[in-house]
Amino acid sequence: MPNSVGTVETQRAVVFDRDRPLTLDSGAVIEQVEVAYETYGELNPERSNAVFICHALSGDAHAAGVHPGDDPDRPGWWDNIVGPGRPLDTDRFFVICANVLGGCRGTTGPSSTDPATGQPYGLRFPLLQVRDLVTVHRALLAKLDIEKLLAAIGGSLGGMQALQWSIDHPGEIDGALVIAASARLSAQNIAFSAVAREAIMRDPDFADGDYYENERRPDRGLGLARMIGHITYLSEQSMREKFGRRIQDAETPRYGFDVDFQVESYLHYQGQSFVERFDANTYLYLGRAMDYFNPFDDPVEVQHRLESGKTGFLVLSFDSDWRFSTTHARDLAGELRAAGGPVTFREISSSHGHDSFLFPTPDYHRTVAGYLDRLAAAAGIASG
Amino acid sequence: MRPDLDIVAGLVGSGVRVLDLGCGDGALLEALIEQHGCDGLGVERDLDDFHACISRGVPVTHGDLEAELADTESGSFDCAVLSLTLQAVRHPDRVLTEMKRVAPRLIVSLPNFAYWRLRAELFFRGRMPVTLSLPYQWYDTPNIHLCTLRDFEAMAQDLGLAIDSLVPLRANGRRAPGNARLARNLLAERAVYALSA
Repeated sequence: MPNSVGTVETQRAVVFDRDRPLTLDSGAVIEQVEVAYETYGELNPERSNAVFICHALSGDAHAAGVHPGDDPDRPGWWDNIVGPGRPLDTDRFFVICANVLGGCRGTTGPSSTDPATGQPYGLRFPLLQVRDLVTVHRALLAKLDIEKLLAAIGGSLGGMQALQWSIDHPGEIDGALVIAASARLSAQNIAFSAVAREAIMRDPDFADGDYYENERRPDRGLGLARMIGHITYLSEQSMREKFGRRIQDAETPRYGFDVDFQVESYLHYQGQSFVERFDANTYLYLGRAMDYFNPFDDPVEVQHRLESGKTGFLVLSFDSDWRFSTTHARDLAGELRAAGGPVTFREISSSHGHDSFLFPTPDYHRTVAGYLDRLAAAAGIASG
Repeated sequence: MRPDLDIVAGLVGSGVRVLDLGCGDGALLEALIEQHGCDGLGVERDLDDFHACISRGVPVTHGDLEAELADTESGSFDCAVLSLTLQAVRHPDRVLTEMKRVAPRLIVSLPNFAYWRLRAELFFRGRMPVTLSLPYQWYDTPNIHLCTLRDFEAMAQDLGLAIDSLVPLRANGRRAPGNARLARNLLAERAVYALSA
């Protein structure tokens, strides 16, 4: 496929171990942390062209290209924005994407083995904050001998990581691209999050999180959580256009309590395919990290930090996103500006709801590409 | 940079927090940020201009300036700039009042509809004037609230805004002759005002 990064493989690195364990913001300690990550493009000799992709709740390290043997039509989750000539231009940038701490796609998380017991952590894994995810990203960068990022970019939970990173470590990131994100979840967001969490924890197969050795996993609960989540990711308009009131595989309704409408069938499919690749405990941990996210809880400190760095911000929202609506983005931009951060803000028109950040809307990609071009020019990186 | 923007930049000053409403391609803000040590923020509705601001590294919000003003906290800037845009907004008085709310100092430039050539065109030809600085036909113009310099000065007074200084300009953005009130209303094609609450 033209403009693709081609065949890629996920790599692994141990970034914390017994000699140098990870201490979380809460003080809890995780003895060993392994990170799954992928890179695209080449690091330049000045080591100044690194762009870090922070993924969202259900994402992973496989952002672009295809794994050996995989269907070439099913590349990584953000393939449309990463590649030669694409906004995250791999002819110019060294792009890194890592599965987050607490994840279930290769990086240490609740499904990993606790060295102390030889058993999977389950709910004995310590609670995480977005800040802790950033700590692990930074450890990976140290391993790769990269001191400074040209940019950190992410949508949703990924945007939150980019935001927290730029606040906690001023001067480390030239530009933070914070997309479809929020500086703090609203009561409505937390309410949806609570229902998803209850769906998982009330599943009889949840077994207090110790289901890894069992025959049955809390698939019903996790599937339900995903269905709820997915409703909040789509917009009313995109659902109407995609499904309307059409009946699945039939012209007329069957009248009953089984799946009948197309939208029901779609949600079921989303739920079922999700449980095949995702861990229920990871869903709980990352969901909770989002619930508690509050990077501006000490505005004076944030101001102090932003003033000592020179990070610029691009904050983007989508008009059909009602999960992290433009109101969230405006508040976020306002708080950054109040703290002295230079912020460029734009609401982009797209019908895909919260998921819009994953779609190659030309206006959206033009804005991201333009912002990265400017960062590259300011850093003296040759244009592609 | 356009000569009139140079004059605006001089009136804004150095090291101030400045909000540029309708900032265009960001040339003024870039100069204010790079050369005058200002903290700048632009608001621009036109997408090509918005992207030009990004290319210059100028922080900008894409959107309507009246909506953005309403969303801006009181006193969050030292200076608010409105260059050749007042005549294109729906409620010029409200925009000035809002600017006054968010910044103690205002820099406003506007075309002068009492410029003698415009008067002559109206008087002798009986048609709405179309000139270099007002190049639009009456039915296809963004300028929905044209006024004269005297009109503007009267409104500023009504809104409790003091005129600290003013620079009469030609269409090319260079200084026009005559500073006296009568003279400028006749001889200036536009003017820049520095106002304060």
